[in-house]
Order: sequence, then structure tokens, then C-alpha cells
Amino acid sequence: MMTTPASAAAPPGRVLARTLAVTSGKGGVGKTFVTANLAAALSARGYKVLVLDADLGLANLDVVLNLYPKLTLHDVFTERCSLEQAILPAPGGFSVLLAGSGMVEYSRLTPEVRDKLLHILDVVKPRFDFVLLDTGAGISDVVLYAISLAREVMVVATPEPTSLTDAYATIKVLAMQQERRQIGLLINQANRVGEGRLICGQLQQVLQRFVANGGGSPTEPFKLELLGEVRADISVRQAVLKRQLLLEHYPGSDAAQAIRALAGRLLGPDAH
Amino acid sequence: MRLEHALHLLEQAGATLPAVEPGGEPWLQAIVDALCDLSSKDGMTGLMNRRSFDMALAREADRAARAGESALLLLLDIDHFKNVNDTYGHTAGDEVIKAVAVAIAHAVRPMDTVARVGGEEFAVILPNCGSAYGTTVAERIRRSVSALQIQISPGRDIAVTASVGGAFAPEWVRSPPLLWTERADRQLYRAKAEGRNRACMEPQIEALVSAEEKGMLFAMSQQDLPQESE
Repeated sequence: MMTTPASAAAPPGRVLARTLAVTSGKGGVGKTFVTANLAAALSARGYKVLVLDADLGLANLDVVLNLYPKLTLHDVFTERCSLEQAILPAPGGFSVLLAGSGMVEYSRLTPEVRDKLLHILDVVKPRFDFVLLDTGAGISDVVLYAISLAREVMVVATPEPTSLTDAYATIKVLAMQQERRQIGLLINQANRVGEGRLICGQLQQVLQRFVANGGGSPTEPFKLELLGEVRADISVRQAVLKRQLLLEHYPGSDAAQAIRALAGRLLGPDAH
Repeated sequence: MRLEHALHLLEQAGATLPAVEPGGEPWLQAIVDALCDLSSKDGMTGLMNRRSFDMALAREADRAARAGESALLLLLDIDHFKNVNDTYGHTAGDEVIKAVAVAIAHAVRPMDTVARVGGEEFAVILPNCGSAYGTTVAERIRRSVSALQIQISPGRDIAVTASVGGAFAPEWVRSPPLLWTERADRQLYRAKAEGRNRACMEPQIEALVSAEEKGMLFAMSQQDLPQESE
């Protein structure tokens, strides 16, 4: 049996979107780039996708997408516009809710920020098939809270030692504090084929030793799942510099194929 | 005339002007320099005052955001300072402030910025301070303060302690310096709440990964990665 997109399977407003937080321990590893292109890949397969810019401290989804939004999450927070007005169409066929530069004042986790983000999620979930939360880097309380709003988590890391150390720390915190038993991993800027699998294997081993029995229920083993490997690719650099979606402008590149494979992996083998 | 007003201000502040011919360019330069000092320095300690500190902090926050370099902000507060004033008098209190200022300045690098930001509150900005050294430097400052024997009157020495709170600048993130100060302040509050005479640092992501974990993480990466050259 084929699994159809949620919106086709049930009347709108009934089925809730899959929520995926995209995060990274370290900044500058391509988290937002991956999120935007993953959204485009999912959209291309017929899913309704919203990218929520939950990186309140350093929102740069607008930069990646070359958008100059008039209305942002900041306007929603300050009640200058409705949530509907701030959800904008992005290139690539998906929708975005951008944080806007004024959001730094909300980069602390006050009860107000908590409630507002929770409310926004509740409102958008019935309207989309996927909500991707582009969270900030690091493990500040706002980042951890934004991640906690999503059912699934994908950690983006590069093979650099600092990125891997920070990714490991993030995964450890999520496993212990949020008692997550499964976390996805995407290795960006891989140097060679198979590097993602090796890295995932070694992270899994260290996690098994230091985390598996440290936090939640010891009965359920912790699993780090490799969701994809995007190899270092000159077309990625060009797309980023031109502020374009890789999937639209270099659809035949290795990296674009890797992002489409990531979408396929998330959808599972039965997806169409 | 306004120049007279400036001279009067400097005289009141106790600034010493060099003995040069009044009216000439060196004399004017000396007045300008003295006025700059007056507006940027704390009169009692000679450290940076609150206003210059705010400017220095904004510059450093900007630099850390642009360059992705680490920078540490420490806030220090003398413990139970009110007791010093109440018990020994304000002159003694002033001696304590001055001695603590010197101790802090000697415990950090010349490139670091030390400021008096409030009555008994000091701040230090440490550019290019790696996250591994945060606790080390905060502790060094705390120890130097607690080691002081401050003479408040002939034959009378007292000792004080201080609490220190620290936070690193958010790297890669453009964020107002006020948030940085608040984060350090939260740690200072924690140091006070946990019993004073201690240094508390905001937990760092690296602190979550032990040397053993790192060793295991990277020992494998050395062996297991396929050799590109073969």
C-alpha cells in the first residue's frame, strides 16, 4: 500500500503535520541551507511544507532564500499582524515563517516566548504535512525548547572535530534531558563517500557507552540514525553565494541528489 | 568662557595639568586629554567607567559575532560590602574598592578591559579567551581579591571576598550586549546564592563532553577513516 501525503489522506484540519527540528551543535555547518533545500525536496514530492525560523538569535533563513520579508514572526509576537499574514511563499514551493531581525529581544526563554511558539505550532500543524523548525545552534534554553516542540530531530554536522564534538554534546543533552531515544544525523560537507556512515557509527558507539544508561529508560536503546550525507560540492557554494536554492538551480548536482535522498529517507520506502 | 568652565571641572575632579605655558597648543591638548580621562575613567580607581565599559562591550560583542571568536565577560561584586562601610566607615570602603581594582587589573592580561561599573561592582572583558580558560581566570581573580590584606588605617588590615559570574559572547550570533551582561549577571547571582566567594560560569557546550568521550570519539576517527591516497 502506498502512503499518501497527509493532506490527501484526510480532510484538512484533521491530520497534524510531521514536525522535524533541524539543529546543530555548532554554527555555520549548513543547517539553514539543508533545511531550505529539504523543504524544497519535500514540496517537489507534493507535500505542504512550512519552514519555521526558530533561530531567534541569528535568523538567516531570509538570507539563504534571498527574501526581504515585510512581515515576520516578530510582527506576530508583537501582534502587529496575524499569523496567516506572516506565512509567506518561498521559492521552492514551500512556505516560511521568518524570524526577522527584531527577534533578538525574544532570544531568551521567557514564559511569553514559550507560549507564543507553542501556540504558533498548534495553529500551523493542521495546515501542513511537514513543519521544519530551523533552530539555532548550540544548546541554549531557547534552542532546546524549540527542539522540544518537534517530534523528530535531525542534527546537522560536518566532519570537523569541533562540529562533531558539539553535535555529540547536543545529541547527549537531547537524549538525557528530553529522553529522546531516536535522533537523526545528517553529515554535511562530507569529504568522501561513506564518511557519514563512519561518523554516525562512531558517535553511536560513544553514545552507547556514555549516554545509553545515563538518562531515560535503559530498556529502550538509543539509536542515532544516519539520514543522509551531503558531500562537499562546489555547486553548494555557488547556490549559497547567489542566495538560491540548490534544488532549483543545480538540480543535477551531487548535493541536490543527496538532499532528495534525505527527503526520501524521511518519507520512508512506501512514499510515492 | 567655556574653557574656564572646563578648567574648573578639572580642578574639582583633582586632575593635574602639566606645567606648560597656558594658552598654547600643548596646554589645550593637556586639557582635552584630562577631559577625556574625566569622562571615560572612574575617578576613584582609574579604571574604565560605566559609560566607556558599555561602549567597549558593544564593540567586543560585535567583534565576537563577526569573527566567531570567543570573548568572556566577567562580573565581580565584593561580598557584604555594605558591612565594610557600616563597620569601618566610608573611607575604609573606598580603600577596599581601590585595592580590589588593583588586584583585578593585575590578575588579567594587559589587553583585557577592567571597569568599575557600579559601587562595589566590577566588570572585565577578555577578548580571545578560550572557553577552557574561563573558570581559570575567574578563579584567579577571585583568589587575588580574597588574598588582599587591605590597610584601612595604620595597623589595621581587613580582608574581603568577591563573587564572580561569567558568560562567553555568543559566537556567530548578533545579539545585543545587554543580553550578554544579563547572562553573566545570572551567574553572578548564582555565585551569591551558592554562598559567595566563588566564581560561576555559564555552562559551556564543551563542558558536556569529557576528555574520555573526546578520546573515544576521535581515536576511532583516526583509525577508521579510509585513506584517500590508497
